[in-house]
Amino acid sequence: MRINLSSVAVDDQEKGFRFYTEVLGFQKKHDIPMGKHRWITLVSAEDPDGTELCLEPDEHPAVQQFKSALIEDGIPFTSFAVQDVAAEHKRLESLGVRFTQPPVDYGTVTAAVFDDTCGNLIQIAQGTMEP
Amino acid sequence: MDDLYRAIADPTRRAILDELVDRDGQSLFEICARLTMKHDIGSSRQAISQHLEVLETAGLIQVKREGRYKFHWFHGEPLEAITKRWPTSVNRSEKS
Repeated sequence: MRINLSSVAVDDQEKGFRFYTEVLGFQKKHDIPMGKHRWITLVSAEDPDGTELCLEPDEHPAVQQFKSALIEDGIPFTSFAVQDVAAEHKRLESLGVRFTQPPVDYGTVTAAVFDDTCGNLIQIAQGTMEP
Repeated sequence: MDDLYRAIADPTRRAILDELVDRDGQSLFEICARLTMKHDIGSSRQAISQHLEVLETAGLIQVKREGRYKFHWFHGEPLEAITKRWPTSVNRSEKS
């Protein structure tokens, strides 16, 4: 068994597709119409054969409640690895991305948290949890 | 006043205030992460929420909503009551 897919629930698939590709810079892997929704998966340009990120619709009422509760407490739904959090923070802020947490140095890890405009907070981190 | 003394009697609550002085306006997530990673305080999120309520009741933090987010801000003014009651050499000389 291996992990090939991870997903994030977006309030609008097209808006999510634009944000995750045009702003974050991920690449389209699949975009298949599925009834009124789409099966959209993205990959990192740094790892085109790696784990895919699926942009799922968040229509279920429980999902929206869950997302709102996480946002209120500033909890990121998932985390992406970057080489340089400070540089990425600067780049994304210049593109109008709203950060709820600027880069914080925890010692071995530096992390920041931003709003993906689709109802989620996302963390970017550099470093490792290992001492 | 009892609320104030009780609030600063606890080391976790003092660490929360230290971290808010380091950077003001933090989410619950950031406060919890800082306590865990920088102070080795592994309390649950619920426990930290309760500490924040005590600090808010004492007037030492203010919780402000910004759209869908909620941030915590340091509010040191109540601490002035301590040096008013027991003046330090600095504010004693200011008076004279």
